[in-house]
Amino acid sequence: MPVVMVQKELRSSKPDTLEVMVDDRCAVENITRFAGSQGYSVKTETLGTEYRLTLSKQ
Amino acid sequence: MKRENLLVLLAGICTGLAALALTMLGNPANMGFCIACFERDIAGAVGLHSAAKVQYVRPEIIGLVLGSAVTALIAGEWKARSGSSPALRFVLGAFAMIGALAFLGCPLRMVIRLGGGDLNAVVGLIGFALGIFIGTRFVRRGFTLQRSYPARRTDGAVLPIIMLGLLVLFVAAPAIFRLSTEGPGSKHAPFFLALAIALVIGALAQRSRLCMVGGLRDTMMFGDAHLLWGFAAIFVTVLVGNLILHKFSLGFGAQPVAHSSHLWNLLGMTLCGWACVLLGGCPLRQLILAGEGNGDCAVTVLGMIVGAALAHNFALAGNPDSVNEAGELVVGGISMAGKIAVLLGLAVVLAVSVFNSRLGAKKNG
Repeated sequence: MPVVMVQKELRSSKPDTLEVMVDDRCAVENITRFAGSQGYSVKTETLGTEYRLTLSKQ
Repeated sequence: MKRENLLVLLAGICTGLAALALTMLGNPANMGFCIACFERDIAGAVGLHSAAKVQYVRPEIIGLVLGSAVTALIAGEWKARSGSSPALRFVLGAFAMIGALAFLGCPLRMVIRLGGGDLNAVVGLIGFALGIFIGTRFVRRGFTLQRSYPARRTDGAVLPIIMLGLLVLFVAAPAIFRLSTEGPGSKHAPFFLALAIALVIGALAQRSRLCMVGGLRDTMMFGDAHLLWGFAAIFVTVLVGNLILHKFSLGFGAQPVAHSSHLWNLLGMTLCGWACVLLGGCPLRQLILAGEGNGDCAVTVLGMIVGAALAHNFALAGNPDSVNEAGELVVGGISMAGKIAVLLGLAVVLAVSVFNSRLGAKKNG
């Protein structure tokens, strides 16, 4: 699950920003919700059939 | 309250109301909705099994898939995708079904049974939560069925077209199907009314991502309880409705289409919950995703239908409790073959979990 990979990355390296590519709308929603709960804001761009999410520490 | 929580709450309340209405209109007690039972009935109607009491073309399944498909098309979310371990999904779907039928209900019916006072569903819920917990341990270790890929529209449209075909055939030539004249399969709400209700629930489930597995899984993994709102809303709505309608009956014994063989209720739902975590969603969610163009979920649904046929051809499914002529409770349960099938299912799900977690760990470095 993409959100599990994001969870691991945020926990292990605690980045100020993180860029994530996903191809599923539900994954976008899951990551956005999880990132929000961890104090990150999320910017979403649609690139054809994929989505680029930029997580930034608030 | 956030909009997404409101949406899932609304979907849960409507699903609960729909379950109550469908039961009042003729569906079996505590079975307004049951994805496992209704796919089993469809398997029987097309002759995949010959258990005469559970054969009917359930419009609820057709409506859920088509409601999701139309809503996803309107919302611009219909996307043909496939290629994520379809053969494994078929097998996991079949075993999820065998587990659910050992318990006599999918996770959605488990919640509906809880709302009817059936305490066997509490045992089922404990097993279900245990299965989800075990599954999430493997997901954390990198379990994956690999990614899916964009597919041709024809691939994504397979299940909606099958459902549309089933609808047309049943309306045009009902005599070609095997239809129960007694037992749960003979009890059903009027066809088009049930279809209309299911279309609405399919649409709401598509928009809200309602999932009986997702709520517990996300709470365990991320502390994200938003999908649990749907789970809770169905339970409370059905509970209140049953209390108002004087249909609430608290207890273990002789509950409608249920048995009180506790160990196998528990293990059946452990198998179902675990397999569903690996599949990424409950049987309802598989139908909704298949409606959205997900070919892998279509394969899962077909696996579930075949699993249901196997469950009845080899007498693996649970037998309900009954009351004999002397008024004594005769506890139902599952056969030795059913017990072996559930244990085999747990072994298969464990093997898939272990092997595909190693794969995920290697891939992720």
